[in-house]
Amino acid sequence: MSATDTSRRRFLTGAAAAAAGLAVAPGVFLMPLAQARRAGEPASSDVRWGLLVDTTRCSDGCDACVRACKEENGWEGVGRPRTDAQWIRKVKVRDPRTGHTQSLPLMCQHCKHPPCVDVCPTAASMKRADGIVLVDKHVCIGCRYCMMACPYKARSFIHEDVHDQRAHAPRGKGTVESCTLCVHRVDAGRVPACVEACAAEGGGALVFGDLKDPSSEISRRLAAHGAEEIRADLGLDTGVRYYGI
Amino acid sequence: MRGVTAKTGRALALLALVALGAMARPAAAEVPKPKLPPAKGEKCVEPTEVMRRKHMAYLLHQRDDTLRRGIRGGKYSLRECLECHVTAQPGKPLPTYGSPEHFCSACHRYAAVHIDCFSCHRDRPEPEAARAGGPAPADGLTGRTLPARTLKVLGPVEVKP
Repeated sequence: MSATDTSRRRFLTGAAAAAAGLAVAPGVFLMPLAQARRAGEPASSDVRWGLLVDTTRCSDGCDACVRACKEENGWEGVGRPRTDAQWIRKVKVRDPRTGHTQSLPLMCQHCKHPPCVDVCPTAASMKRADGIVLVDKHVCIGCRYCMMACPYKARSFIHEDVHDQRAHAPRGKGTVESCTLCVHRVDAGRVPACVEACAAEGGGALVFGDLKDPSSEISRRLAAHGAEEIRADLGLDTGVRYYGI
Repeated sequence: MRGVTAKTGRALALLALVALGAMARPAAAEVPKPKLPPAKGEKCVEPTEVMRRKHMAYLLHQRDDTLRRGIRGGKYSLRECLECHVTAQPGKPLPTYGSPEHFCSACHRYAAVHIDCFSCHRDRPEPEAARAGGPAPADGLTGRTLPARTLKVLGPVEVKP
């Protein structure tokens, strides 16, 4: 066998277990981030947050990530599926030649070259130094250019008045919103809610971490197994990668 | 032309008289001062006089630092304002911004100021149960320092008011 296979085996057996994480279920580790940023310190371009989706562990009937996101960020449909907010959704893909189906979560891909940022006329669509793509709702005028520019349909426009928002996730009528990669949690040294939920009640398909740190779990998994970007042909260099598609 | 000018002059004089009359009346009799609900904390982040005049500037400045640069833990936080200033009166639920009993609303109504903050932001503190699921880490991950490499590049950033 090739050298790649050896390292892969070593990774699977030893390294993953050695990197101490919180065991949520046998073989499933909830990896804490290294640390929270100190008060007063800005997000740094020394890190780039990314998310790895292992689609082989993502099952069709499970929507733990979506439920966790709704609860964490306080978004919920109002029974109008065409316009309801949707920060993350489960997508079923089928290969028509073989009939093989797969289920995967789809959300803001946190691109390195985000088209939503390119088209925004007020600079409300923005990318933080650590790669998290956000909407600054203070200056969003609700024009929805970003929604048209996004190839992943990751953004939603809020059509209704919103009350009882979560304190850490402001959202209001007339602005566009999308997955924030749980920026409030990340800044406090925690992993996004979807990742936590997937580890606890799902298949442990989500790995969150720093793509620029070669020793992070996500980087090691990417180095060992590789992963795909959705619409890699667009050259957006997404922060969310999919293994097994 | 002359007739029109004379008319305008008379009208102006009349207006001036009316205005003077209004000024002569006791000012406080018109609109009662807002009744501000009691606050929870011991002391505000700045003296009351300063906060009255400058709270909007503090919040405006810090919101950009927080959202766009990712600086957390600043001195002026809307969330912290609400934690102290929006408190439940006995036997009543927490007031919303629509109510004159809401701290922010009480003053803004008096000053005829329209704000958009609460069309997106929550207008009162979250219940204790909800806060546990919020950003405060349950596993004690906060407070640790960044690796030396990062600190060297960045240096600590001072949060200015």
